[in-house]
Amino acid sequence: MFLVRRLVNYMVLIFLASSFAYLLAATTLQPRAYFEQRQPPPSQEAIEAQLNDLNLNDEVPLAQRYGVWVSGVVQGDFGQTIKDQSVNEEMSRKAGVTLRLITVGTVLGCAVGISIGAYAAVRQYKRFDRYSTWAAFIVLSVPTVVIAVSLQVGAVWINDLTGKQLLQYGGEYTAGLDAGFWGTLLDRLQHALLPTLTLTISLFAAFARYQRNMMLDVLGADYVRTAMAKGLTRRRALFKHALRTALIPTITYFTFTFGVLLAGTTFTEKIYGWHGMGAWVVDSIVQNDVNSVAAVTCFMAVCVMAASFLSDILYAWLDPRVRVS
Amino acid sequence: MTLTTEQPGEAPGRTAATGQGRWGGVLRELLRTRRAMVGILLILALVLMAWIGPLLSPWEMGERDFTAFRSGPSPEHWFGTDNTGRDVFTLTMVGLQKSIIIGLLVAVLSTAVAAVVGAFAGYFLGLTDKALMWVTDLALVLPSFLILAILYPSLKDSGWIMFVLLLAAFMWMVTAKMVRGMTISLKEREYVLAAKYMGVPAWRIIFRHIIPNMASLLIVDATINVSSAIITETSLSYFGFGVQPPDVSLGSLIALGAPQALAFWWMFAFCTGLLVVLVLAVNLIGDGLRDALDPQAKRRS
Repeated sequence: MFLVRRLVNYMVLIFLASSFAYLLAATTLQPRAYFEQRQPPPSQEAIEAQLNDLNLNDEVPLAQRYGVWVSGVVQGDFGQTIKDQSVNEEMSRKAGVTLRLITVGTVLGCAVGISIGAYAAVRQYKRFDRYSTWAAFIVLSVPTVVIAVSLQVGAVWINDLTGKQLLQYGGEYTAGLDAGFWGTLLDRLQHALLPTLTLTISLFAAFARYQRNMMLDVLGADYVRTAMAKGLTRRRALFKHALRTALIPTITYFTFTFGVLLAGTTFTEKIYGWHGMGAWVVDSIVQNDVNSVAAVTCFMAVCVMAASFLSDILYAWLDPRVRVS
Repeated sequence: MTLTTEQPGEAPGRTAATGQGRWGGVLRELLRTRRAMVGILLILALVLMAWIGPLLSPWEMGERDFTAFRSGPSPEHWFGTDNTGRDVFTLTMVGLQKSIIIGLLVAVLSTAVAAVVGAFAGYFLGLTDKALMWVTDLALVLPSFLILAILYPSLKDSGWIMFVLLLAAFMWMVTAKMVRGMTISLKEREYVLAAKYMGVPAWRIIFRHIIPNMASLLIVDATINVSSAIITETSLSYFGFGVQPPDVSLGSLIALGAPQALAFWWMFAFCTGLLVVLVLAVNLIGDGLRDALDPQAKRRS
């Protein structure tokens, strides 16, 4: 029941967020300018006809355009892009790319960050703790954009050094490659390495620091001592009692940082030339493509909501008190 | 985290600071942490560099050296020159100035908004709380990067101050939620109840009693916000949605230098390096402050 109410609330928020983005995009972007600067310049009537077709005409009242858009969205249709392709089709192609990148990046980043943070807390003030703390500190100070660009520069340098295309730094796969199943898979992995690494690095730092602090709070607690006193090994006590409790605040933290992560993915995609949602939105803004912008906003809102829903579930799993109430 | 205010004598080492008040103690505590010291020194050095550097440099901001395009660092051009012969040192220093100013302004603004929204929501609860938290959730769901990117180009003409306002408008949510949680527990304290029964109006209680008692949380958060503001600004500027020419910021400089980083390293290395040092310094101070203000967290440092 609680989850159902949550879900309804989420839906309303998603809808409002997309509407807000639509209205904002419809009032500030100028699709007309996009058609006017085409070569050769289309006639005035042609522009009008195009704009009307795409529901982008700025002379039609905003309320009416919004009405058309909403009635489309309710039926699951986000309208046409400015190039007269279906937004839905574009989205289904691009969402997969982004979701793959985000999922792998998040899982890796969280796992690495949490384990490093937890281990550092157990070895407080030892060498591992000191090095990992400094590493996390420095990485935290580097924007994702800069990480991505630096990795790219590094890749070019390594490639030059070895004289081979060892690391790929542009695109999602080599165009026109014909190397059978394994060859294609290898090629994709090669291309995915650096973008995933970028996300993992930028996530790991935040989680390592947070997890370390949470873990330190828990390590001194009575119940951990009790657990060891009743005969559990140190390892078991740490895993079952300390880590589990310390994960709870980290999950809340995850929900808050997910938006930042999405922005980070946008940058990463754009820099590495992946044709995902993030790169698409940057291009749509430049091209004054109102419908696409609204669709991507909706996608991102759904992602944020999915993340917070997921963290609700994890929370209930880790903290028995939530399940009871 | 906020208990410090009421038990100023409890923290070890702070008893020595009696007579100078709480902030004297905090300052001393801060100076004792090596990490915070390093941060403060770095920030001071960067600020000095950013504002005095351009005065020392023989080149003006818009000036172009037509005899040297993309030339490396030399006694003439300390950081080399860029594609159009501009002096990279001067550009970087001016960009650094802008990044520091934007970071500070955004942090102060967004923390102020967060304090007010969170405190009002937590103090009144009920309908006010529902409405305010709902707005907060909505703002959290909206991809801020996207909204900023859409909005800013149309407001370009109003200059970078507008950019600061927009950035601040999308950074207050998380802090506001924390402030709300704290206010709910603070409003049951005796001094708040006393003020309430004396007939002090609610807004006065909030500004005189509740917000000042969260000062430590707010200060730490403002510091963290400085670094995230700088990072957001850099990312947006990198894609051309942020600071617009003729203004430069570290982000737009990185965008210019990145594609040519290997052939002409000086156009990439200096601005990136300074950016990292700047954010690192702010983070170090924030961490030190948290430890100094929060006696329970002392063992973490």
